[in-house]
Amino acid sequence: MSNEVNSPAADNRITQLEEKVTLLEHKLAALESKNPVLEMQHVEKHFGGVHAIDDFSVKIEQGQIHGLIGPNGAGKTTIFNNITGIYAPDAGKIIFMGEEITGSSPHRVAQLGIGRTFQNIRLFSNLTVLENVVIASGKDATYNLPQAIFHSDKYLKREKLLYDKAMNLLEIVGLQDKADERASSLPYGHQRKLEIARAMALDPKLLLLDEPAAGMNADESLELVEFVREIRGHFKITILMIEHHMDVVSNLCDYCTVLNFGKTLAVGTPAEVKSNPEVIRAYLGGNE
Amino acid sequence: MIDAFNNINNAVCSFLHINPYIQGVVVLLCINIIAILGMAVLTGFTRLFSFGNAGFMAIGAYAAAILIVRHNFNFLIAMLIGAALAGFVAFLLGSLTLKLKGDYFLITCLGFGECVRVLLNYFKDFSGGSAGFPGIPNYSSMLFSVICAILAFFIAWRFIHSKYGRNLTSIRENEVAAEAVGINAFRFKRMSFVFSAVYAGWAGALYAGYMMYVVPTNFALNKSIELITTTVIGGLGSLTGSVLGAMLVTLLPEVFRSLSNYRMLIYGFAVVLIIMFRPNGLYGYKEFSLKRLIKKLKGEGKTETRKEAA
Repeated sequence: MSNEVNSPAADNRITQLEEKVTLLEHKLAALESKNPVLEMQHVEKHFGGVHAIDDFSVKIEQGQIHGLIGPNGAGKTTIFNNITGIYAPDAGKIIFMGEEITGSSPHRVAQLGIGRTFQNIRLFSNLTVLENVVIASGKDATYNLPQAIFHSDKYLKREKLLYDKAMNLLEIVGLQDKADERASSLPYGHQRKLEIARAMALDPKLLLLDEPAAGMNADESLELVEFVREIRGHFKITILMIEHHMDVVSNLCDYCTVLNFGKTLAVGTPAEVKSNPEVIRAYLGGNE
Repeated sequence: MIDAFNNINNAVCSFLHINPYIQGVVVLLCINIIAILGMAVLTGFTRLFSFGNAGFMAIGAYAAAILIVRHNFNFLIAMLIGAALAGFVAFLLGSLTLKLKGDYFLITCLGFGECVRVLLNYFKDFSGGSAGFPGIPNYSSMLFSVICAILAFFIAWRFIHSKYGRNLTSIRENEVAAEAVGINAFRFKRMSFVFSAVYAGWAGALYAGYMMYVVPTNFALNKSIELITTTVIGGLGSLTGSVLGAMLVTLLPEVFRSLSNYRMLIYGFAVVLIIMFRPNGLYGYKEFSLKRLIKKLKGEGKTETRKEAA
């Protein structure tokens, strides 16, 4: 046995294999950087005769913050619901990290690594702040039912890990002191932060924020901009956000897409978009 | 084996001077506790209402009874099979109906419970029909029932305080958000439904061993309604509250025997009053805690109890 392992032939083979592995790793890295995090191709969604989204395409690269703007009813939230599987698109493709997710169920999309927040905050209101985050890191709870009932070592270790991770996330968003309060007792701004912390517990690669600054005044939305930047810096995450506040969009987004009645009006940096005459007419009003 | 259990039970009871009447009440209480713990998981923690759990009790009871009487099964194995069969039927029923939204699930459960009762009435050769199924040995002694109830509580407690319970609670709180954090709501709802059916089957099997005789009318719609009201009274989201509810609903009629004709009426009033004044049930979302009780009795401030809860 031992002479076989130590033989020069085996050593040689190991080196060869190691070289191959490095090569593959490089290839994989190249592929990952080439693949956009999220790609939507010609996605359409109709409700009866209403074209909620019409031929919508977008490509979001790793680390970008992409904004979706447009007047009410332009189809922004419908796009979110198509990505997260609440609706299945009538046509088109949605590709996430090189994998097609068109029509997948919401929990599957979440498990693949897309975290989201909701326009009208949806927390687990009667549960504590900490529990809200712990529930979202369910994929780390790899124990089975007998292990949970007999409190096996694995169960105890996993549960501790889960709670530590959740506490850590709460510290990052600055809610660690509120961990044991009921989620519904938090002030509005904190509820928004908790929802983001909960989405981050999925270890997502893409975070969807649905009007994070809704109902906030100028100071609060400025604080939110800082907060989202911090989150992006901390987790190196890609973000797609719906936002009405133009100052938030110009401050935060690398690119944005402007929608009107389900149609894409313009794509570009916030500055480009703002000076686009069609956008000004449809969205910002004629007086600019 | 039944004899061995019953002998130990008799020895314990005569040592503690527990008369047969009290033994009977305790057995009934334990049966109710097991069935209601199942309801607590389903209704209290997942917010699914089932008016069909008496049907699962019937499945457990008849399966155990038939296996023991006709096929000479050991009563423990027969009970396990009865509970498992109820769970299996719930799995099938849940797979079909849990994708329905809201009240439709409730209505299919109601229909299911009635179906079971009617089928048991109809297949006379199999189940004895409306005359009932006699000759079941008395295996549900007090000792055995108490052991079952404690075991049932222990398992339910650990189930609820693990990821499974957390996932069910998240579905109760907000199903859309639960899906958005990767929880397969359908799967967990079905798990909760199966859990409650297994408990109902277990309780039914114990019931068969206690009555020594089962009739379909034991498992009519009234029984399902009783299970739901008890759960609501005890607390929608509290296992200890559910046990308390089971105690109230089992023991009070024994104390007020003379009012037994008005039982359903009193239930109705109790549920209305509780929904008006304590909409989450007697215990709400809290579990009974000895520490908190002692602190309350000592009259310490609210801040203390809050810290303790943390």
